[in-house]
Amino acid sequence: MKILYFAWLRSKIGVPTETVDLPAEVTTVGALVDWLKTRSPRHAEALANSKVVKVAVNQEHVPYDHPLSATDEVALFPPVTGG
Amino acid sequence: MTIRVQAEDFDVGAEYTAFTAGRTSIGGVTLFVGLVRDIAGGEAVSAMTLEHYPGMTERQLEAIEAEARRRWPLDDVLVIHRYGRLEPGDQIVLVATASAHRDAAFDSCRFLIDWLKTKAPFWKLEATPDGERWVEAKDSDDAAAARWAE
Repeated sequence: MKILYFAWLRSKIGVPTETVDLPAEVTTVGALVDWLKTRSPRHAEALANSKVVKVAVNQEHVPYDHPLSATDEVALFPPVTGG
Repeated sequence: MTIRVQAEDFDVGAEYTAFTAGRTSIGGVTLFVGLVRDIAGGEAVSAMTLEHYPGMTERQLEAIEAEARRRWPLDDVLVIHRYGRLEPGDQIVLVATASAHRDAAFDSCRFLIDWLKTKAPFWKLEATPDGERWVEAKDSDDAAAARWAE
């Protein structure tokens, strides 16, 4: 699965994108965020406060209980600040 | 409808002229232009860099535009949003709405910018005397978008 990071999540984690092999038990967005925290101390720090970690699946905003499939494009980012 | 996400500046007069050219059913146009300020949160801002999520940005702007058309009788909508490095005084965003009557033009323009601020995937990085800082989302922006809940 391809994961994209934006804004301070990208700078804290240190890469704009990474490809991960999800364990079978990770079936929702919330479980993915929890699992990503275990990948490195940088991930853990960047993802510590889930209130400011928003998620899009296939370029649509989704809640944490949204289901995942292996071919999804998943993006993690802070609350948006355009306009 | 036109959605443009671009690094280049835009000419409001030229956009307005093109937007209304040859259309005699339009009774009113509302234009909103967002600019980069030189101060934010009491601190001087010397530059701002806008990052976005190519693909999702266009998709979200199209969805917001479709929602505006569903709610109001609009002749046309134009949204231009810039990304990249901008300086105080630079234009960031243009929202234009055209309708037979002014209420639809005013209300839909306000709706578009309020929703855009909470849904379109853009992030602002400000350069200040103390270094760079990511702009935090404001509760007031969420409240502005929530006013349009049906």
